[in-house]
Amino acid sequence: MAAEQGSGAARPSPLLSVFGLTVALPPDGDRPEAVSGVSFDIAPGETLCLVGESGSGKSVIGQAILGMLPSALPVTGGEISWQGTSMPAQRDAAFAGIRSAEISMIFQDASASLNPVRTIGAQLAEVLAVHGIAKSERKARVRDTLRDVALPEPERIARSYPHQLSGGQAQRAVIAAALLLAPRLLIADEPTTALDVTTQAEILALIARLKAERELAVLFVTHDFGVVAEIADRVAVMKDGIQVETGAAQEVLNRPQHAYTQRLIAAVTPPERPPNPRDDTRVLEARNVNLIYRSGLFGGRQSFHAVRDVSLEISAGQTVAVVGESGSGKSSLARCLLRLEDIDSGSITFKGAEISGLTGNALRSLRRSMQVVLQDPYSALNPRQTIRAAIAEGPIIHGATAKDAHRTADALMELVGLSAQAGGRYPQEFSGGQRQRICIARALALEPELLIADEAVSALDVSIQAQILDLFADMQARYGFAILFITHDLSVARAIADDILVMRQGEIVERGPASQIFDAPVHPYTADLLAAAPGLDTFQPESAA
Amino acid sequence: MTGYILSRLIRAAVTMLLTVTIVFLFIRFSGDPAAALVPPDAPQEVIDQYARTMGLDQPIWRQYAGYIGGILRGDFGFSIHTGLAVEEVFFDRLPFTLHLGLTALALAIAIGIPIGAIAAIRRGSALDRFVMGFSVFAFAMPNFLFGLILILTAALAFGTFLGGDSANVIWPALTLGLAAMGSFARFARSSLLETINAPYMRAAEARGVPFWTRLIRHAAPNAAIPLVTLIGLSLGALVAGSVVTEQVFAWPGVGQLLVRSVATRDLAQVQFLVLVVAFTMVMANLVVDFLYLLIDPRIRAT
Repeated sequence: MAAEQGSGAARPSPLLSVFGLTVALPPDGDRPEAVSGVSFDIAPGETLCLVGESGSGKSVIGQAILGMLPSALPVTGGEISWQGTSMPAQRDAAFAGIRSAEISMIFQDASASLNPVRTIGAQLAEVLAVHGIAKSERKARVRDTLRDVALPEPERIARSYPHQLSGGQAQRAVIAAALLLAPRLLIADEPTTALDVTTQAEILALIARLKAERELAVLFVTHDFGVVAEIADRVAVMKDGIQVETGAAQEVLNRPQHAYTQRLIAAVTPPERPPNPRDDTRVLEARNVNLIYRSGLFGGRQSFHAVRDVSLEISAGQTVAVVGESGSGKSSLARCLLRLEDIDSGSITFKGAEISGLTGNALRSLRRSMQVVLQDPYSALNPRQTIRAAIAEGPIIHGATAKDAHRTADALMELVGLSAQAGGRYPQEFSGGQRQRICIARALALEPELLIADEAVSALDVSIQAQILDLFADMQARYGFAILFITHDLSVARAIADDILVMRQGEIVERGPASQIFDAPVHPYTADLLAAAPGLDTFQPESAA
Repeated sequence: MTGYILSRLIRAAVTMLLTVTIVFLFIRFSGDPAAALVPPDAPQEVIDQYARTMGLDQPIWRQYAGYIGGILRGDFGFSIHTGLAVEEVFFDRLPFTLHLGLTALALAIAIGIPIGAIAAIRRGSALDRFVMGFSVFAFAMPNFLFGLILILTAALAFGTFLGGDSANVIWPALTLGLAAMGSFARFARSSLLETINAPYMRAAEARGVPFWTRLIRHAAPNAAIPLVTLIGLSLGALVAGSVVTEQVFAWPGVGQLLVRSVATRDLAQVQFLVLVVAFTMVMANLVVDFLYLLIDPRIRAT
């Protein structure tokens, strides 16, 4: 800390000091301590970003500051002080006020942190009630705070239930709940991770404005250096419970010292791949595909036009990315192409043959040529099936002998970077990245000609994402299949795709080679998406200029 | 919301019509009702006479129309056994069954849900294990056996008889409600555990909302949603259980009447009682569906 004071202008005395914080893990954990000897200060009006991947211990720190650690995670060393006074590890009567009014916290999934059966207004008023604010004042204060977080029609929002709000509105309502008692420190645990990029940009701007207006200190927990570049004053990087690097944001972003920090920063803009050699053998071609979801007692009373007049083609060995925000229809499109939905109009041809009306055996043999890798590698594998059985299941269904299928499975496991000895183990013994490797091996076991990847790296840590994208590209080079890669993440699309389609409200608004989409977007929506993507301008000044 | 109410009402009406029809068909096709009424050695003319009085010589669709028409007019026929209108016999018995059934339900709710909630709050404690042990016992115990044990214990140890219409309703009600009590306790525990660990509970804690306020205002309403379903469904088990329990305790209710009517082949009476039971179940499910509207705003939106 002495070094920091010497390094520049004197910083005001800290609001919060964490010194040598050590939190133990249960005896069966993968390491003895969740966090070991973590130290940092936050001054009034300062934003400290705590950066790390899953399992780095970053969320434990926020909970420790509030005194809300579960009993399985005891504080075994160090000190947390508020304005110079040391606070006990668990919340007690003396500090309960500080740890809910002066320090407030917002959690990752905003919709889940609101009670589904009570109105927003009731939940906010309750916070005021438990802190002794007179009933007559509550309503006005709730309304003013909702207005302060730029929610339209605060009265209507107050009467609404959580399910009636969008993801961004719910996060604003949660921020309002955190601001009601005019806290001095806001702990935000991955508050924008579940949001679309354009919504994320709005929430980050809101937090920045509130910080400036209220001299609010912010402890922002994130895995994304793009977000760090947007809002951080100072940065602390965590890896496996150890603080590997701390410093001023500009310093860390421009001259990262630790190899891990360098890797995380590199992950914001994964390197572009040289484009695949062009090949005009069409694997899949869709023309004017429409999909309408109908609901209601007699069908057709309410309908939702999920896919509108979408046309696309994918050639052998090529990768096409479909980029869009949630609700843009990109997953519905994938389901149409996989023949999991019956399209309402249009045509889909696979290697020149119409497939939109196929049924029975013809459809079953088509399935073998089109495989899918899904977003969540945890629920995509049957927990009661060994991974060898999971990979071999497809070939066996399509007529291979068990012996041959198991030999294929073992070979594929080696190929995707797992040892063949791992085949007898169950999915839960593997990490998220390893499970996604298993899912890819399972898809490849049927030697598909088209692989559809639906948000296949979105649930993974950034450093793992890069490895899985490499694996997709390597396998494509080896087997020559086409890939349709569905993602909400522009940098992922850029890293893997030859061509990009941008989808919005069921329609394709822009299409073209990846470099063209990034360097010269034509449609204003594409330009908005690029502008909203956090950190792109910081790390790639030449393309922003 | 209007759509939701309307669709539930239509569903209830369709269920009732199906039940009425199945009861009609079942009784018509399970043998000649007229032959079933008369002694086995009665001459054919007597059987024909009966068939004519009961309208059994008419074509089946006309019988069905007459039967539905009768139900709509509130004419359910007469009990062969007593000669009274079947609903009159039924309404004589109903107060006893309501008294017994509602007491049993009240006991099951008033004991089962709180002990389940306590088990959830003190998860992993000796109390939790005791409550869960009790709930397995309660659920697994056959009610005729438990009733007999109660009667024998009271008679041999205290010299009192627990049966008959003058006895305290508590004992048959406890017998009848025991299984529901066990399943309510178990369900209340798992449902509350799920909500106690929900993210919004942690968020409320972080905002400084005290433990009991969180429990009552945030956890309880959410935990109640699946419980309401279970309570609605268990009404069926209570109705079925009352047939046995009323026999064991000589309780002069509808269950006992049903057993006797079946034994004496009192077809009109059985037919009416089956309709009443079906009607009760349909109504219970309808009430559950409407309770959802009160508890869960997400359903109100549809």
